[in-house]
Amino acid sequence: MAIGRQTAAAGDAGVITRPTWTTGWASWLTTVDHKRLGLLYIVSSFIFLAFGSIEAFLIRLQLTRPEQQLISPDVFNQLFTMHGVTMVFLAIMPLGIGFANYFVPLMIGARDLAFPRLNAFGYWVYALGGVFLYTSFFLGGAPDVGWFAYAPLTSLSNNPGNGVDFYMIGLLVGGIGTLVTAMNLIVTVVNMRAPGMTFMRLPLFVWMMLITSFLIIFAFPALTIALFQVIMDRTFGTLFYVPEAGALPILWQHLFWIFGHPEVYIIILPAFGVISEVIPTFSRKPLFGYPIMVLSGIFIGFMGFAVWSHHMFTTGLGPVANTAFALTSFVIGIPTGIKVFNWIATMWGGHVRFAVPMLYATAFLITFTLGGITGIMVAVPPFDAQVQDTYFVVAHFHFVMGGGALLAFLAGFYYWFPKMSGRMMPEGLGKIAFWLIVPGFYLIFWPQHLAGLVGMPRRVQTYEAGIGLDAYNLMSSMGTYVMGAGMIIVIASAFWALRKGTIAGDDPWDGRTLEWATTSPPPHYDFDVVPEINDRDPVWLIKHPELIERRDPISESVDPDHTPPEHVEQIAIHIPGQSWYPLIAALGIFFGSYALLYQNLFLGLFTVAIIFLACYAWALEGVGGHHENVDPAAGGRA
Amino acid sequence: MPVVRWFHRVAPLLGLALVLAGCVTDGPRSMLHPAGEVAQQQLDIFMWTFWLSIVVLVLVIGVLIFAIFRFRRQYTGDKDAIPNQTHGSVPLEITWTIIPVIIVILVAVPTVRAIFATEVRVTPEEGDVIVDATGYQWWWRFEYPEHGIVTANELHMPVGSRLIVDLDSADVLHSFWVPKLAGKRDMIPNQDNQLWLSADEPGIYYGHCAELCLGAHAYMRFRLVVQEQEDYDAWVASFQQAGQADASPPLTQVQDSQLIQQGRALYAQKGCIGCHTNDNYALGLGSPDFPSLTNFGMRNTVGAGVLDNTHENLTTWIRDPQSVKPGNYMPTLWQADDPDALEEAGAIAAYLLSLGTEGQQTQANARGGSNGDR
Amino acid sequence: MSHTVVAHTHEEHRSTKLPDIKLMMWIFLASDCMFFGSLIGSYLVYKDKSVVGPYPTDVLDIPLTTVSTFVLLMSSFLMVLALHSLRSNDIPKFRLWTLGVCVFGSIFLGFQVYEFSHFVDLGLTLDQNLFGTTFFVLTGTHGVHVTIGVLMLLSLLIISYIRPTSAKDAVYLEVTGLYWHFVDIVWIVIFTVIYLVEFV
Repeated sequence: MAIGRQTAAAGDAGVITRPTWTTGWASWLTTVDHKRLGLLYIVSSFIFLAFGSIEAFLIRLQLTRPEQQLISPDVFNQLFTMHGVTMVFLAIMPLGIGFANYFVPLMIGARDLAFPRLNAFGYWVYALGGVFLYTSFFLGGAPDVGWFAYAPLTSLSNNPGNGVDFYMIGLLVGGIGTLVTAMNLIVTVVNMRAPGMTFMRLPLFVWMMLITSFLIIFAFPALTIALFQVIMDRTFGTLFYVPEAGALPILWQHLFWIFGHPEVYIIILPAFGVISEVIPTFSRKPLFGYPIMVLSGIFIGFMGFAVWSHHMFTTGLGPVANTAFALTSFVIGIPTGIKVFNWIATMWGGHVRFAVPMLYATAFLITFTLGGITGIMVAVPPFDAQVQDTYFVVAHFHFVMGGGALLAFLAGFYYWFPKMSGRMMPEGLGKIAFWLIVPGFYLIFWPQHLAGLVGMPRRVQTYEAGIGLDAYNLMSSMGTYVMGAGMIIVIASAFWALRKGTIAGDDPWDGRTLEWATTSPPPHYDFDVVPEINDRDPVWLIKHPELIERRDPISESVDPDHTPPEHVEQIAIHIPGQSWYPLIAALGIFFGSYALLYQNLFLGLFTVAIIFLACYAWALEGVGGHHENVDPAAGGRA
Repeated sequence: MPVVRWFHRVAPLLGLALVLAGCVTDGPRSMLHPAGEVAQQQLDIFMWTFWLSIVVLVLVIGVLIFAIFRFRRQYTGDKDAIPNQTHGSVPLEITWTIIPVIIVILVAVPTVRAIFATEVRVTPEEGDVIVDATGYQWWWRFEYPEHGIVTANELHMPVGSRLIVDLDSADVLHSFWVPKLAGKRDMIPNQDNQLWLSADEPGIYYGHCAELCLGAHAYMRFRLVVQEQEDYDAWVASFQQAGQADASPPLTQVQDSQLIQQGRALYAQKGCIGCHTNDNYALGLGSPDFPSLTNFGMRNTVGAGVLDNTHENLTTWIRDPQSVKPGNYMPTLWQADDPDALEEAGAIAAYLLSLGTEGQQTQANARGGSNGDR
Repeated sequence: MSHTVVAHTHEEHRSTKLPDIKLMMWIFLASDCMFFGSLIGSYLVYKDKSVVGPYPTDVLDIPLTTVSTFVLLMSSFLMVLALHSLRSNDIPKFRLWTLGVCVFGSIFLGFQVYEFSHFVDLGLTLDQNLFGTTFFVLTGTHGVHVTIGVLMLLSLLIISYIRPTSAKDAVYLEVTGLYWHFVDIVWIVIFTVIYLVEFV
């Protein structure tokens, strides 16, 4: 049987010769290296972020002045739908997953994820799912029903165009990628921690990614089923969301938000993780209250499944349900508040260096606190009755998603760029960009709170002049130029830094966690020798051995089966083999999506066959790969 | 200290933005200036959370800013010094677990009270006005079952009464929202939602659809006219007459009369009557799934709250609906180069404006008296 | 070179000592619970909401489905035997029992195909009413799970003739078995929710 155990005879089993390129485009298409896939995720996210930003810019352009007709209602609906879908599913969430792909194995002392080829498959499915969604612009119009696509707006009779199909199938496909990657991350964190890396020594970013991954595996199925039901409705004539047959459109909202609220935490918890790495490093202090930070993260994740109906306060659930969901939503404020206090306490008494990552982390703290507070406000159902579906809510979730998650990921980007590229991002340009992005952000979204209170519904293509909305919208639109300029500087300086940036060295920030123990960028196999882990901040402890006395007692307990690494002169490290099959399977799904959309039976059968064969070839070719001999004393390959 | 230097440069701009942002809080759809019991309670709970938030923000951001300036490396001196490696403090952490708990309780108690004050389903009592509101893409059908009145895009209610709105939708989701009187409630097919509101003083209140319904969603507005009891009664009576009286109103001016007669003929000839009743369905003409034009002359707006109801606006709307409200379903009745189009549309407009404006009742009265727009 | 330590990425050190693939299957099954949970939830929400017939009591045949349920339950029993045989290196028995699981799974699928076509004859189709919609999608999704299970087991069976197979490979059968038992348990829930509750 021995399905996955071939390691020696690479290339025998597959239909295609096993690829071994190490450079060039084919090496990227066949790579299974978690760092390369992480980079692919990050680059793709930034590309989609650019698309989403262009859409946002066009939306603000149309809304600059009242009663403008620059963009027709149809196109406007497509723009805000694609903006939401892009930012949530194709930009911000994959950015977190990209960082996780790159840094979770490095932080726990593993050499790759548990299933490297599955990881590649997850990336390709996500990327091709995004491409699929964007082709809708050229194939009859993008989806125009908003990012949560409330039934029965999506039914065939209300929306005969292809756009909704692109939304449903695109998200379904993207969801598969996210699901497998999350499962992969869980197995990796649970099973591949280096000796001595106990759970209470995991860096907080890893903890948050573990919780996020659990949220993904429990939340995405609800979305997948809801999407599947609409696809069935539109393709095979089922009646899930056909009111004439007695269907209840509210079912979609329940299924969507059972996914959708955890999705908010799927986006923000990795951001918490990044902040929890950046603040200790730049404060030269350990994270304050590590256990409670972990517990509050778990608690937030758990409660994330108990608050979905606060998105539905105005749908007439009744006072009892509204009370229950208001209370559970308030409860989430408690662990979130604890986190903010603990971050501030981490800075307290430290020697805080305000390099660019720390600037973003500070901006995150303020912005996220504001977004959290408006979050408590909209969790008050009587107030929510006024601001639900207005720009107040738009401002609230942009403070959390943009000011929270995006600023945190920018902190992470500046923080980890030297590790990923080996070069530093320019500090001066970084600060200029920061002082454009953050004030620009506030200029865009602060007035939107007021626009909402004064009565501007969301998703309107235009608004009346002279009812108090003109000034807020003008300010908001002006802000896009400021923030956009900042983002362009970030991207441009990243390109500049890749060629001309100063060489970073292994540990430019005086880091604390394991990723700073290896070279920048790390070798294919991550570590020559994984350092002995006997603290939460292993690299910090190596640099300052005298601090061993001051370790956190909780992190002190020794792994029972921990044996000190024997002194070795040479290590043969297994490098998993590259493979075409993840990409082929993903392409099968990609073309299969078009087959489903156009109900083309021939193409459908063909792609199912491709997927089927790719899966078998994938299983039968095994992990493959080769062993690389490393001489730790010489600091690299023998 | 580049951070601080930069901050000094940006701070005035930021301040200016905040000042500008503070300037407008009122408008016909502003929840910050409520005019009814429900909206007042919703504002009260908001103000309570708002002031609590200010306290929390001042605390959190104050401490944070202190930490930023006190513990930045330039200030603490020695760059390589290692600060005390504190891992946590149980008393402190318990303290700031309890603080949010207290805040949450402070928010939760009035919240629950407000929910049960505003969101409980009510049973109609003597003196309540009941309306069946149905959302359509992109207009509103309002039916008063007690009076047998069907109208569109404009609700009337007497001041001091409670208006109970039963919400339904004919197609996709909509949401009924009159910010100055009450928060929104969604209109969902196969689900009977209800909303109640009341108004403190007469006036015309602005409503808007608050759930994406595609196409002309941005133009799906309506007006709620709150009148003194006798004005409201007159309004009700005028509908009951509309069904009985001869459809041609008594006319005062010969010139107008001819125009109106022409418009009345065109109203039938161009097929308007196929969809739009003008007599509260007395003759069974028109369809219940299209806006009723009964007593149209008494309406305040054209095209579901999009334009003021003047002859000029109405003519533009009839001539080319898409130019006024892009995406709506009203057909354009004339070819682009039809030389008579404007004249014919004007005649229809004149006819429609004559509906319900006969007798002593002037338009000003119908539009909520001297109180004007709220 | 005195000695070389082989540091495998994929076989050596595992924090929990569990094989990755087994952990993966548990996590997948946790996720799959939510898939079925959403479908069963949709079924329950739409229970008794159909505006036209046929209604569940018109078409459901408890005795027939009890038989097919029994067959599926017995297949889980054979699954246990197959795993036991492989673990004790008894390859012929392993092949026999695995084939047995496949056959029983296929019998269950046969019952389902018969049931579906019978319902269609009675006028219950996907687009007839909400019962048809939710019933076919829920049981159909379960049927697809059973089909995939049968395919996985058949694949293991065929591979056992192509490549050397021994007790060391039991983890693959064990993982497939986890999946198989899960699908079996889900059927018990579906059988209760759709069939039994209707006649209480």
